[in-house]
Amino acid sequence: MSAVAVDAKRPPQSLFSTAWAFVKRNVLTVYSLLFFGYLLLPIGIVIAFSFNNPTGRFNYVWQGFTWNNWRYWDGVPGIRSAIFLSLEIGFIASLIATVLGTSIALALVRYGFRGRGTTNILVFLPLSTPEIVLGASLLTLFLNISFVTFGFWTILIAHVMFCISFAVVTVKARLVGFDRHLEEAAMDLGANEWATFRKVTLPLIAPAILAALLLCFAISIDDFVVTYFNAGTRVTFPLFVWGAARVGAPAQVNVMGTAIFVVALSLMLLNVLLQRRRESQVRT
Amino acid sequence: MGFFHQHRGLTPYLLLAPGLLWLGVFFLVPLGFLAYQSLQSGSIDFGYAFTWSWGNYWNAIKNYHGHFVRSFEYAGIATVVALVVSYPVAYWIAFRGGRWKNLLLLGIVAPFFVTYLIRTLAWETILADHGFVVNTLRDLHLVSANGRILATSTAVIAGITYNFLPFMALPLYVSIEQIDVRLIEAAEDLYASKLHAFLRVTLPLSLPGIVAGTLLTFIPAAGDFINAQLLGSTQNHMIGNVIQSKFLELTDYPAAASMSFVLMAAIVASVLLYARAVGTEQLTG
Repeated sequence: MSAVAVDAKRPPQSLFSTAWAFVKRNVLTVYSLLFFGYLLLPIGIVIAFSFNNPTGRFNYVWQGFTWNNWRYWDGVPGIRSAIFLSLEIGFIASLIATVLGTSIALALVRYGFRGRGTTNILVFLPLSTPEIVLGASLLTLFLNISFVTFGFWTILIAHVMFCISFAVVTVKARLVGFDRHLEEAAMDLGANEWATFRKVTLPLIAPAILAALLLCFAISIDDFVVTYFNAGTRVTFPLFVWGAARVGAPAQVNVMGTAIFVVALSLMLLNVLLQRRRESQVRT
Repeated sequence: MGFFHQHRGLTPYLLLAPGLLWLGVFFLVPLGFLAYQSLQSGSIDFGYAFTWSWGNYWNAIKNYHGHFVRSFEYAGIATVVALVVSYPVAYWIAFRGGRWKNLLLLGIVAPFFVTYLIRTLAWETILADHGFVVNTLRDLHLVSANGRILATSTAVIAGITYNFLPFMALPLYVSIEQIDVRLIEAAEDLYASKLHAFLRVTLPLSLPGIVAGTLLTFIPAAGDFINAQLLGSTQNHMIGNVIQSKFLELTDYPAAASMSFVLMAAIVASVLLYARAVGTEQLTG
């Protein structure tokens, strides 16, 4: 802050006070870098152990480097179908939840209607309920309906349910700070409501919709608790990891963990870069 | 599309209907079923019947109050540690991040990109009995020669803290970032010491972030059972572990359902107490 600018012009002082000033000025930076080290340490472990060459079942101790876990990523029975189920659920659930959530967000921001307060509460509640209660209550619902068999559909229903609120919050944040005059101008120029939505609103909120899709997909593919309660005998990737952890997780679990991390990180980095480019374009 | 034009008043309800219906049928109605189940008696073999058996609730508290207390203790400690540990970093990013802000925020949420269970397993590796951390602590005599970290409450609390840290750091960052730096400078110009300026200006202005972060960390932490399962022993089991095993292993649905409600009630009660302590407007505003 201001202190930094002043220091540069200060006359030279004794070595000790300069050193002290350096520490004082940078203690926060040093601490923050340590913090990031702590935050990223387990990620480093996950990546490193995806290249481990374990002897026996346990992948706890570093034995030696190998590409084999990556080459035979589906070399463990069950892991392939688990990943495909997770991807499938993730795609469908994030699509449905984003459509439903975007509609709710549009209604909340665009229209005055009776029941807005109740709607807000209903959207907020699932976010503030512990996952175990979400999972358990949905389980009791399904248990009490005789024709329900646990599996793909119950997992999908559950994932859409806990994703909707995240989609609403994401899209709403974008809609609130958005210039309504653009829509009014379109309407004044003779566009009807639907054309205005398609030609003006939708392109403007498209980044938020994309963000909601990605967020929902990430939450869905990562979910363990709610899925665990409602999956029956089907196994998603997190459920596979849970089962494997009981007997010692194979290195292929780390391979998939690393792959998911790299894909998610690249998408987010792309987003950051695009944002930065957009900002610098606005400035010039 | 002419339909929308003629019935403008209907449009918001048409937009809301599918999403709210989904939440109603698969979130609210299930809570009702959970309540219904919690007052049943019987067994899985002979079937459960609704008998207003409030005794389930009494039994849940009587038999498992230790687990409830432990859950809130672990969640509480983890929340406070997360707050203290991440506040300086949120402050640093907000005021010194400059053009790296977005990238640093990405670093904060990076753990979320690794599957929850896998990052917890990574802590299992790090804290393992002959791992680097334990050996160092043994050399420093901070842990006795055959002491361990894994399967202790320390490991469970550390795991919970780590897993929910971004939920604390992000809201903190958002509220600190919004603080007008001129206010802090004004305080310092008026001869407040750095510490005073922080305590009287920065900290109160970041209270919304503290409140949001605390709730976002505490609520999921209190219901968690993954950390206790993977990093702890049965001595460290939380109420989530009991609910999970009663539902899925012992199929004692009424007991599990009543425990879920006690957990919810306890969380709501502690949130309300917290709201009273910090002022209600912080929660809604």
